[in-house]
Amino acid sequence: MSGRVLVGVKRVIDYAVKIRVKPDNSGVVTDGVKHSMNPFCEIAVEEAVKLKEKKLIKEVVAVSCGPQQSQETIRTALAMGADRGIHVEVTGKDYDTLGPLQVSKILAALAKKEEAQLVILGKQAIDDDCNQTGQMTAALLDWPQGTFASEVSLENDKVKVVREIDGGLETIKISTPAVLTADLRLNTPRYATLPNIMKAKKKKIANVKPADLGVDLTSRLEVLRVDEPPQRQAGMKVETVDDLVVKLKDAGKV
Amino acid sequence: MVIDGSTANSSFYFCKTRLAHSLIGFQADGRIWLKQQGAALDGALSAFRSICGDEGVSLGEAVREQHGRDESVHRCRPPDVVVFPRCVEEVSALAKVCNKHNLPIIPFGTGTGLEGGVGALRGGVCFSLRNIDQILDLHPEDFDVTVEPAVTRKTLNAYLRDTGLWFPVDPGADASLCGMAATSASGTNAVRYGTMRENVINLEVVLADGTVVHTAGKGRRPRKTSAGYNLTNLFVGSEGTLGIITKTTLRLYGIPEATVSAVCSFSSVQAAVDSTVQILQAGVPIARIEFLDDVMVDACNRFSSLSYPVMPTLFLEFHGSERSLEEQVNITEEITQSNEGSDFQWARDAETRSRLWRARHDAWYAAQALRPGCKAYSTDVCVPLSRLPQIIVETKEDLMESRLTGPIAGHVGDGNFHCLMVVDPSDPDELHRVHLFTERLARRALAMDGTCTGEHGVGLGKRRLLCEELGPSGIQAMQKLKNALDPKNLMNPGKILLQGES
Repeated sequence: MSGRVLVGVKRVIDYAVKIRVKPDNSGVVTDGVKHSMNPFCEIAVEEAVKLKEKKLIKEVVAVSCGPQQSQETIRTALAMGADRGIHVEVTGKDYDTLGPLQVSKILAALAKKEEAQLVILGKQAIDDDCNQTGQMTAALLDWPQGTFASEVSLENDKVKVVREIDGGLETIKISTPAVLTADLRLNTPRYATLPNIMKAKKKKIANVKPADLGVDLTSRLEVLRVDEPPQRQAGMKVETVDDLVVKLKDAGKV
Repeated sequence: MVIDGSTANSSFYFCKTRLAHSLIGFQADGRIWLKQQGAALDGALSAFRSICGDEGVSLGEAVREQHGRDESVHRCRPPDVVVFPRCVEEVSALAKVCNKHNLPIIPFGTGTGLEGGVGALRGGVCFSLRNIDQILDLHPEDFDVTVEPAVTRKTLNAYLRDTGLWFPVDPGADASLCGMAATSASGTNAVRYGTMRENVINLEVVLADGTVVHTAGKGRRPRKTSAGYNLTNLFVGSEGTLGIITKTTLRLYGIPEATVSAVCSFSSVQAAVDSTVQILQAGVPIARIEFLDDVMVDACNRFSSLSYPVMPTLFLEFHGSERSLEEQVNITEEITQSNEGSDFQWARDAETRSRLWRARHDAWYAAQALRPGCKAYSTDVCVPLSRLPQIIVETKEDLMESRLTGPIAGHVGDGNFHCLMVVDPSDPDELHRVHLFTERLARRALAMDGTCTGEHGVGLGKRRLLCEELGPSGIQAMQKLKNALDPKNLMNPGKILLQGES
């Protein structure tokens, strides 16, 4: 096995930012807004770096698809311990319509090219909440998938994955190469320390275009409109239980 | 009430002091004075609304009560109105209105203080700063950032995580950074990274008359300066009595390359504290050195289902590169073993380290859980390192003689420790014993060249002790500064200085 792990990292609006919808309802405001690595991608990077520290794999490659700024996200992954990065340049309209289908095609192509043993992704991105990229990538590669992983252990050429599912926890064993997606409880990602950020500046980030990988970025989805959730209405106080029943009946709730 | 020392009618301790007459006189005039303030408030309300909008002014009882208390045992003293300015210009305009109508001003950050600092003793206007919440001007290469009052330390550190920088002062609560500046807060990392006093570079402050002052000059952030009076540190620790802090420029540090934590138990308090002193004298740049006495360890074991040996214990943390950690740890282990300390329990990765430290972090709740239904009050004395063994040993003896529950946890690296007094609020005899105990403890610390408050501030309950600590000329100098900056005594009256109440 190559001992190489590919980790996908997505640049998203920082989780602490108050999201605002653009006045024309075409999307959310991103200009001048703080962006950072998707929290589930951080968990994915941490898991890959942990595997390398345990000497179970040899190299961690961080991949991000997007404009120039995506390189910052790759640098954070490098500061956390990834060995090198690949920036797949997607800009303009292509970036606006970039979604799980396109990204999974890119990741599948890269996984083959890099002869990856594992592809580890976050289970979903906090901007679109799709939770599709990992599954689509596995399907395109015809590889097994261990999604919503809360525990991962490598055993020779198999991977044991404990998955968080509705009913509780499910343990599966899949063969490599495989795609894993990280859930919240998989680990606690490390902070990028200042010395490591400095060292990361020397690590290489390769530039690749989707066309070089033979990927067609056409989207089959069109976003029609983005709206804010409805404003919270003021409550109303009533004096007696009878009043309450009358009001509930009027509102059609009873 | 024993601990809240400012209501003349219920505190029989005040009757024993010279202040009795002036306070009784105040009480007699009180009703007339309050009526005048009531009329002034009505006049000011429309001005407040035109500044912050209708939603920015609240007379609601629940809102006022929320803004009249903090995390201390002092009872709630709600203001007459709470205003929610959205920028420094609004804060200044509001202050001008309050000044015109002689209304007290009480700044409010996160309400996580421990000394009753936000209680509106004379009513007045609470300035809740929660809408002024931006992180501005981060300069990673210069290690500084400027924050507004609603930004808490955890918010800032989450924001900084991609830069490799952090702000290490950690008082436990997720407090407002400007509030931490106002109380000169400290935390478990102070032994290596300092307290707020060492880490505030510049402040933007609104004075009682609405003037906006930049204590080191607008936008300036040199790492050091000798430009004039140290205005910045005058306001740090002023607990809202000199002005409202609307921006703080903070010194940041690099997140350490590696961190290692360890726990070590000792057969005696003396051995644990001696080890602390020796570790510091050996020049180990230890990041955290926390002491828990046997009662505290027992409480933590029960609360968090841990199984540390029930003995005086040190929790240690080392920051640095891999190689420097090895060196620091070796020297420290030699020292603890020479004091017959146990073997170290280790933790390297984030998860194990937080499990190790959970005992210390949950101390407050663990102490309260020892006696459900009771309230907790924390003492806060700080003495020179060499006196630490003696004061802790004497304090533990006092606790036993007074039959009080007071597990000890402390930042022994700074000579600072807290007795977490767990007291039944419905038992006046116990309350009385706690009060006397805390006074004896404070006086013990003062007698050892220390201070009655290492990090919590003076607030309401330690004003008399401050007089003893500084002496008359020191207090007079403070009073002169207060009179100069706030001649009408509108800024958080009744805090820090005793005379400030009238």
